[in-house]
Amino acid sequence: MTEAIRAEGLVKTFGNVVALNGVSLSVARGEMLGILGDNGAGKSTLIKILTGYHRPDAGQVYVDGKPVNFASVDDARAHGIECVYQDLALVNGLSIYHNMFLKRELLWGGPLKLLNHREMRRRAAAALAEIGIAVASVDLEVGALSGGQRQAIAVARAVSTNARILLLDEPLAAMGAREARLIIDLVERLKSRGDIAIAMIAHNYAQTLEICDRVILVQHGEITFESPAGATSAEELLEIVRREYRAARAG
Amino acid sequence: MVAEGAARSSFARRAHSFLLRPEASVIVVSVALVAYFELANRNFITNANLQTLSQFVAAPVIIACGEIMLLICREIDLSVGQVFALAPFLMENVNDIGVPEPLAIVAALLVCALIGLVIGLITIKLSIPSFITTLGMLFLITGLTLTISRGYPANTSGGPLLTGIMGTWAYSEILWALAIVAIMHVVLRHTRWGLHTIAIGGNIVAAAEAGIAINRIKIGNFVLTSTLGGLTGLLEAFRVGSIDPLAGGSNIMFLGVASGVIGGTAIAGGTGTIVGGLVGGIMLGVMQDGFTLQGINAFTFDIIIGAAILIAMAANIHLARLRGGGAR
Repeated sequence: MTEAIRAEGLVKTFGNVVALNGVSLSVARGEMLGILGDNGAGKSTLIKILTGYHRPDAGQVYVDGKPVNFASVDDARAHGIECVYQDLALVNGLSIYHNMFLKRELLWGGPLKLLNHREMRRRAAAALAEIGIAVASVDLEVGALSGGQRQAIAVARAVSTNARILLLDEPLAAMGAREARLIIDLVERLKSRGDIAIAMIAHNYAQTLEICDRVILVQHGEITFESPAGATSAEELLEIVRREYRAARAG
Repeated sequence: MVAEGAARSSFARRAHSFLLRPEASVIVVSVALVAYFELANRNFITNANLQTLSQFVAAPVIIACGEIMLLICREIDLSVGQVFALAPFLMENVNDIGVPEPLAIVAALLVCALIGLVIGLITIKLSIPSFITTLGMLFLITGLTLTISRGYPANTSGGPLLTGIMGTWAYSEILWALAIVAIMHVVLRHTRWGLHTIAIGGNIVAAAEAGIAINRIKIGNFVLTSTLGGLTGLLEAFRVGSIDPLAGGSNIMFLGVASGVIGGTAIAGGTGTIVGGLVGGIMLGVMQDGFTLQGINAFTFDIIIGAAILIAMAANIHLARLRGGGAR
């Protein structure tokens, strides 16, 4: 498998707080990486460096083997990196297709620059069908959808821009079993296409091990454990976290 | 038979989806009111009265077009009625120093746009709620108008063609209103500007993450509202033939906001239609004109109008809740 994104020795501090202390990782095309760890361990900082939201104090990010320095989120996007944040960034009062094309609207030619609703509808429906998301109509307001459907729309929007690196920030948080299944199926279909590298932040060890190919454990800004999903278990991960917790208390 | 059934169900579906639109209940109520006023005194549907009615409707509808854009992106302009009063004096003062009337109109509108820009910049750059910014501007502009006019009314000037276009022809003001409604409807529904205005009001975080230029759009909508307020003031001044430093004011502003809200624009932002503002303005106009024809006492009149606005708004908010399945 070819490597899509790689980070080496990422360091990020906020004042006196060391959020990341030399983190290195890589994700290949068609691979899915699970990023586990407690709140405040540095997972979100890591993701936000990869999306160009934060700039690292030290370390280097590589896309397709070439070093990149993102000046902004748009800059990272231009390199095919898309992130679906927990808040999903959807506008409830707008239709599915308007949300999918927000800020990337298709326009009719001509001086008036009017919105080409017809083409946006058509392409939104095609993009959803391609990744197997069923909705009654792309005219539906996003606010009328379920949590799982909304997440699916956000993922669909991210990949419809030809994203080659997809970052998901807790996509399964606060989701019922059936809703979670919708997203897991969707992510697995994307993975099986083989052209997208996916990294997912998660809290549920068992679920993450089931979906991901490989997992890393982030604790106080460092990667303390890394393993193929098949070679470890939720119990082992939990034991590492417990041991760390006891050591921290003793120290 | 099958085709007939399909046609009927398609008609029923269209009727159903029409009734679910926020404007629908207002249209139904307006038609009922027109029927009532026509039956009560046979003078409602006459050319003379329709002309009067159109004058009641035009100004609030033009004001509503601006306020709706602001309300959708979670802002409001309380000072638009004061810009309404200021604009004609600006025009006359510029005209007095020898600038031809059409250019004086343009100059007045530019100053109104500048006022909107100032409101927008203060609101955005100093992070002051627009309710407060425009409350301050309300008093400030009133003082400015009184100073410029020294508190006296004045007469409009200009040739018959210009005054005709700008207001003295029977239906010119309502034609202005309809043209502005048409343009603003296209802006709201068929341009990125409109879509981004809705996105800002619906989810400002999502709008920011998508890369929408939030400040630019909000400031632009303040400029738009002040300019439309000034234009409305000019149209009214030409129609009446005189300029009153206390014209417009909070009354016209509230009628504009009420037209929008009655027509389904949410005070909390994120949703609204320009056509709704037109329909809301027509309903308010029909009531004002109809009750005037009935010869209802002026005090009673305000009670009826106030109650009608409350009922219409309550009805719309609750219908919206039903439509949204309780989500909003």
